[in-house]
Order: sequence, then structure tokens, then C-alpha cells
Amino acid sequence: MIEPGLYHLLFISAALFFIGVYGFFTRRNLVTMLMSVELILNSVNLNFIAFNKYLWPNKLDGVFFTIFIIAIAAAEAAVAIAIIINLYRSHHSIDVENAEEMKF
Amino acid sequence: MLTIMKSELLVTAIIFLLLFVKLGKGMKNESMLLLIQVLLLLNFIAGFFFNTEGILFDGMYQSTSMIVLQKNILNLGVYLISLLFSSWFKRSEHMPEFFMLMLSALLGMFFLISSGNLLMFFLALELSTIPVAAMANFDLDKKRSSEAAMKMILTSAFSSGILLFGISLIYGATGTISFSELPQHLDGTPLQVLAFVFLFAAFAFKLSIVPFHLWTADVYEGAPMATTSFLSVISKGAVAFIFISTLYKVFQPMQGTWYNMVMILSIATMIIGNLFALRQQNIKRFLAFSSIAQVGFILVGISSGAKEGLSSVVYFILIYIFSNLAAFGVATAIESQTGKENIDDCKGLYQTNPFLSWVLALALFSLAGIPPTAGFFGKLFLLTAGASTGSYFFITIAALNMIISLYYYLRVIRAVFMDKNEQPVEKIKIDLSAKLGLTICAAGIVLVGLLSWIYDYIQ
Repeated sequence: MIEPGLYHLLFISAALFFIGVYGFFTRRNLVTMLMSVELILNSVNLNFIAFNKYLWPNKLDGVFFTIFIIAIAAAEAAVAIAIIINLYRSHHSIDVENAEEMKF
Repeated sequence: MLTIMKSELLVTAIIFLLLFVKLGKGMKNESMLLLIQVLLLLNFIAGFFFNTEGILFDGMYQSTSMIVLQKNILNLGVYLISLLFSSWFKRSEHMPEFFMLMLSALLGMFFLISSGNLLMFFLALELSTIPVAAMANFDLDKKRSSEAAMKMILTSAFSSGILLFGISLIYGATGTISFSELPQHLDGTPLQVLAFVFLFAAFAFKLSIVPFHLWTADVYEGAPMATTSFLSVISKGAVAFIFISTLYKVFQPMQGTWYNMVMILSIATMIIGNLFALRQQNIKRFLAFSSIAQVGFILVGISSGAKEGLSSVVYFILIYIFSNLAAFGVATAIESQTGKENIDDCKGLYQTNPFLSWVLALALFSLAGIPPTAGFFGKLFLLTAGASTGSYFFITIAALNMIISLYYYLRVIRAVFMDKNEQPVEKIKIDLSAKLGLTICAAGIVLVGLLSWIYDYIQ
């Protein structure tokens, strides 16, 4: 059995990042788009932890950064959900295609 | 330590004071607004005294005289916003909350300018954008306002994801996130260039540089006018300041790489911003595209990579605050009285409202860069700084774009002064503080250009 190394973790995190980007661009539901952004942020967390463990084991910057990212993601999601609820009240839908009053 | 972090502590104190005043519930909107205006004026004046340079928290936070000056400019802008939009604030049910959000964003911008570490930089950037999304939703019953807030929060969340991915790659490549240690570790390996591209894209989102500008016009149009003006001058100014210091100090070893990126994006930003501004009818949307074009000019100054680049951009932002806020102030005066937002509605404004018309004309002349106003000197210094690298093709394109921009700025001025209109907008009542704000803006537009010591002081 192969011991998982830095490359395996980087591969997973890059895949997560691009799945997040793909989801953000193709999904039309606002909550799903928000979930895609969370995927991107989690891929970054994985990146930081992997770099910290394999490349810079005697530093703590990466681990601390991860903790702050989790906290900020929660704050961002809170504001985003509040905005989405307000959007639902005025548009009666959380589909981005319906919020298209302003264009070009 | 107290004097080094003075501006942040003052803003925090004001936020808490507003929180307690709000909880007390005893005050009317008018007296509350007056209190806020006085507090913000004191905050602006206090910015000039007891300034010390220094580094705190192991290099996470730094303060220099240039950083203090940039904070003072932002303070001035927030004070002017509190004056100019007084009629909207008085009508608003939740005015103290709006100021709390705005000052939280301002606090984030102060930490952003002062940050000396990528972690601090990220936290400050989030603190300066999340409250603005809530501010964009402040007209709770308007459909457009919630649409604007949704577009803003989603783009900012996505762009911070991209920023973080770039930061994580930089951490992997160099093993440090401190601004002072990074330059010794950066040598332009492909991984570092990739990380830099991610970082640059996040900055481009915040500054609305062209391939990432699509949210700008929608958010500007839908959000309340006070939020729009905050977003277009204060937040853009703060991000431009930190963008310069990251490019000049942290990514100094990769200057050859970023110069080309800045040049190409600057050309694209100027051209696309100008071409889209030509066809706009809504005045907020028009100002949105004109501000995209102005960011293109700021990039011309940034591309110089030397000390003149920094001073010319700071000077330009000061002028830009005066001119853009004056334009938004006039637009909000018309909109709050009549509900009209289109350029055609301004036809014949001069017959009924000469004061507003002159302020609008001054502001637009300054944005276009016509000589007696300060905007001309701002653009001149930007182009001179950009020309110092010797790329004259680039400067020629920038100069040509100034001519295109003249067309659409003069189109508004023609509508205001020359076009005949059977039913022009009626005489608009402006309250005292908005009048004071507009006068300060107009005086600033004229005087900042004529008094040469201001530029010398910035240098």
C-alpha cells in the first residue's frame, strides 16, 4: 500500500477547487452556489495543512490560517444566507436566473 | 502602541458609541445624524495629530506617515458621505446600523492598508467587504437592492476563495506569509507566478479591473446611492493603496512579470469601461462604467513601479473622492426629490437648479481631466509616472482614451446646460449639510489642483 504523500493531497485539493469553480459557474440555485464556494475554501484548507505537514513542519502559519478561514467562511455564509432570504422575499425564488432585472 | 493604532481605535470607539446610542432609543434621526457628522469630523481632524510610525504584533501591523495620510483621505471621504446623503439618512429607518456597517468596513480598510502579513491582509479584506454587501441590501423593500447585494456577496465570496488559493500556493512555495520575509523567497518560479496570478485576480475583482468587472455596474445601480458612493471611492481607494504596496514591496522581485499584466489589463479596462459608458442612460450605471475607466488610469500610474507611482495614485484618489462624491451627491439630490435616475431627466437642469448644475459640471470636468480642475493634474501625474518606464505606446493609448471619455462626460453636461426641456426638474430643496458637502467637494476639485503644496506633501 502506498503511503499518501504531498502530491496526493495536492491533487485532491486541486480537484476540490475546480469542482467548486465548476459548481459555482453551472449551478443556478443560490444555496448550491454558496456550497460551491465552501468547497473552494475547503480545498484551500487542505492545501495549507498539506504544505504545513510535508514542506514546513516546524512552522504553524498554515494551521492558523486554516482556523481563520473556517471562521471567516462562517461569517460570510451568515451574511450571504441573510441576503438570500431577503431575495426570496422579494423574488419568491432563489434561482439566479430570476434575479435579472439589471443587465449590461 | 496606542498612538500607532490610533485611527483604528478611534473608529472602533465610534462604532461602540453608536451601538449604545442606538440601544438607548431616545434620539431622533436628525439629531443622531448631526452627532454622527460631528464624530466623523472629529475623527478626520484627529487623524492629523499624534501620529507615530511603528510595527506591532511581530510585523503583522505597520504604520508609516504615508499610511496615515491614506487613512486620513479615507476618513475625509466617509465624512463627506455622511454630509452628502443626509436626506436619505434622515428618511432611513435604520440609520445607525448603516453607519455601524460603514465604519466596520472602514475599520477593515484601515487594517488592510496597515497589514504586514497575508493573514492580516485576508482578515482585513473580508472585514472590508462583508459589511458592504449588507449595506447594498439596505433598501429592504426594493427588488434591485437585494439583487445587487446577492451579486456582490457571491462575487466577493468567490474572489476571496481565489485569493486564498493563491495565498496557499505562495505559502507552499516560500514557507512564509509575512510581507517583510516574502521578497527574499520570491524568484519567479512557475508555481510562484501561478500563485501571483490568483492573487492578482482577487485584487482585480475588488478593483473591478476588466475581465472581472461584471458585478460592478449591477451592484452600483441596485444599491442605495450612499453604498454606491462608498463602494466606488472609499473601497476602491483602499484596495488600490494596498495593491500598490503589495506590488512594490512584496512582489518587487517579480516586477517584470507583473508589469506586463498591469499594462494589458489597464488597456483593456480603459477601453471597455469607456465603450460601455458611452451607451448608458441610467446615471448610476454611467458613473459605474466611468469609474471602471478611471481604474484603468490608476493602473497606468501603478505600472511605473517607482515612488512617483505611489504618490501620483494617492493624489489621484484624493481628487477622485472629491469629484466622484460631488457627482453622486448631485445625482442623489435629484433622485431623492423626483425619483428620476436617467441622464435625459437632467435636461434643462440649469434653468431650475444652477448650483447643482455647476457642481455637476465641475465634477464631470474633473473626472474627464480638463485643465482648470484638479482632475487634469491627477491624470497628468498618473501618465507621467506611467511614462517613466519608457513604454510610450501604452501612454498614447491612455491619452486617446481620455479623449473618448470626454465624449460621454460632455454628453451629460450638454443635457444639463444646453438641451431645451419643456418640463425640467422642479427646483430642488437641498438641506444645509448636503449643501456644505457639495461646497467642500467643489472647493476640493478646484483647490487640490491649484495648491501645489498638496502634491509636495504627498510626496
